[in-house]
Amino acid sequence: MKPLRILLWLLFAAFFLFPLYAMADFATRDLHAGGRTISAWVNLFADDALFAAIVASLLLAVLTVAAMLALLVPTMIWVRLRAPWANRLVEFLCLLPLTIPALVVVVGLRNVYLWVTYLLGESALTLTFVYVVLVLPFAYRALDAALSAIDLQTLAEAARSLGAGWTATIVAVIVPNIRAGVMSAAFISIAVVLGEYTVASLSGFQTLPVQIVEIGKSDGPTSVAASLATLIFGFVLLFVLSLVTRRRRP
Amino acid sequence: MTGASEATGDMQGVEVELSGLTRSYGAVRALDGLTLQIQPGELVALLGPSGCGKTTALRILAGLDEADAGSVTIDGREISRVPANKRDIGLVFQSYSLFPHLTVLDNVAFGLKMRGVGARERAGRAAEMLDLVGLATQSGRYADELSGGQQQRVALARALAIRPRVLLLDEPLSALDAQVRGQLRDEIRRVQLEVGTTTLFVTHDQEEALAVADRVGVMNGGRLEQLAAPAELYTRPATPFVAEFVGLHNRVPARVIDGWVRLWGQSVAALPGSVTEGTALVRPEAIRLTADPAGADTVQSVAFLGAVSRVTVALDDGSTVIAQVSGQTFEPGDRAHLSVESPGVLVVGG
Repeated sequence: MKPLRILLWLLFAAFFLFPLYAMADFATRDLHAGGRTISAWVNLFADDALFAAIVASLLLAVLTVAAMLALLVPTMIWVRLRAPWANRLVEFLCLLPLTIPALVVVVGLRNVYLWVTYLLGESALTLTFVYVVLVLPFAYRALDAALSAIDLQTLAEAARSLGAGWTATIVAVIVPNIRAGVMSAAFISIAVVLGEYTVASLSGFQTLPVQIVEIGKSDGPTSVAASLATLIFGFVLLFVLSLVTRRRRP
Repeated sequence: MTGASEATGDMQGVEVELSGLTRSYGAVRALDGLTLQIQPGELVALLGPSGCGKTTALRILAGLDEADAGSVTIDGREISRVPANKRDIGLVFQSYSLFPHLTVLDNVAFGLKMRGVGARERAGRAAEMLDLVGLATQSGRYADELSGGQQQRVALARALAIRPRVLLLDEPLSALDAQVRGQLRDEIRRVQLEVGTTTLFVTHDQEEALAVADRVGVMNGGRLEQLAAPAELYTRPATPFVAEFVGLHNRVPARVIDGWVRLWGQSVAALPGSVTEGTALVRPEAIRLTADPAGADTVQSVAFLGAVSRVTVALDDGSTVIAQVSGQTFEPGDRAHLSVESPGVLVVGG
């Protein structure tokens, strides 16, 4: 490896790792007595409000991914096979959330959410509906790339001719062949949900990002520990994604 | 290899009937009242140029497309409204259609799994089918580890594993190179004869159609121009289009007088079915070309095809004729004399 390349690698590593080191340093610092402490990390589980927010955010991530995949995968397959003329329309609708500011989304959804909270109660998990919309642009792109990489029509017709119904065709044939795209869509969606602050805050729900900001006003190290934990979780997800998509066989 | 009866179980041919099928895509009429009857166990090839409707007919029979009008009957039962996955029809596609995430064995067993066949029986029957197509040793491989010919053989085994009532082959050889195409063509015919499944084979390659089929249907503009045994189709094309498509023909304006046609100064018998005035169809191999320095005809070009050569001859009236010769050598500019060797020629209208 050439020296210049090594130098560039070191510079990049320093640029990205130094903030993480600084966060880790601050999150393990005892601001009152000096020295090191893991109390901020213990607070992630000991602080009821923070722990509840972590659980809520993780549940939101799971529900959002499940709903997004259940909505988007069959729709995109159906549109490609049966209504290719609607492809552009679906793409436009899926990318639309990127162009609308979160504030506008919240205001626009207020009336809808009156019904949602009336029917489902005041749970942070009702944010799933908004989050499914917010992750559509990212998930669409990942799934679109995966579906474009296979001969969808031939695979579907082969499965159908062999006796598979539509559900079996999608579950047993198409999804395994777009697994990398499905995983990408899922992990990107998780990252979006775990980092979403504006909608949750304006809607008055206590999710992890909202709690991190709240705690940051009174307990800096715990807030930074939660932020760092979220980042590490994201890194692990991306690492798993790269491993999964690199694997050649199921 | 496993015996055919053991491998194919209770496969039996059934009668297939397409009746008055019509299908349009916008302003394009892909099928225009197609009627076709396939006898039990028969292999019929649908032959025609791109866009003639042959694949549309196959897709309608498979349930992958719907006809605007007409009916599809298998074994006496109308199945136009039966979905593709309930028709018990095996299908081999033009493009490689093996499921990339499954092994060869799992691909072949897929249809059986969809039918709720137990894992043990599935594996056994899939192995038998792979044996039938000579790929028993490749069962653990994935599609991208096989050659194109092997993939199509696996696709054939997969289609046959479900013991289909009808087997449909949609240009299964067109993506393969010439040598593999010939081998697989023979293999398809061998397997089809062994299993006895009624088969529809769609192709645009006349040599392929004539080689494998019991009968060949030539399609043009969504219609069946002629349906006949290969030999009959070759020797007695019903229309100029069939003649043109099934093989090279010299087309010469001709008039039949008392059962005879005058061709290049020679009287040749008009075959039964000839019209009084029209186009005489003369095959290149029916023309005898003799080197003759005093001849009135001139060799224009020579195409060497291996065992034979195609010689284009310019006649003194300005027209050209293609003759097929073997064992003789001609050079452009050679003078020659041509005559018709055929016992007769067909004169068709148009």
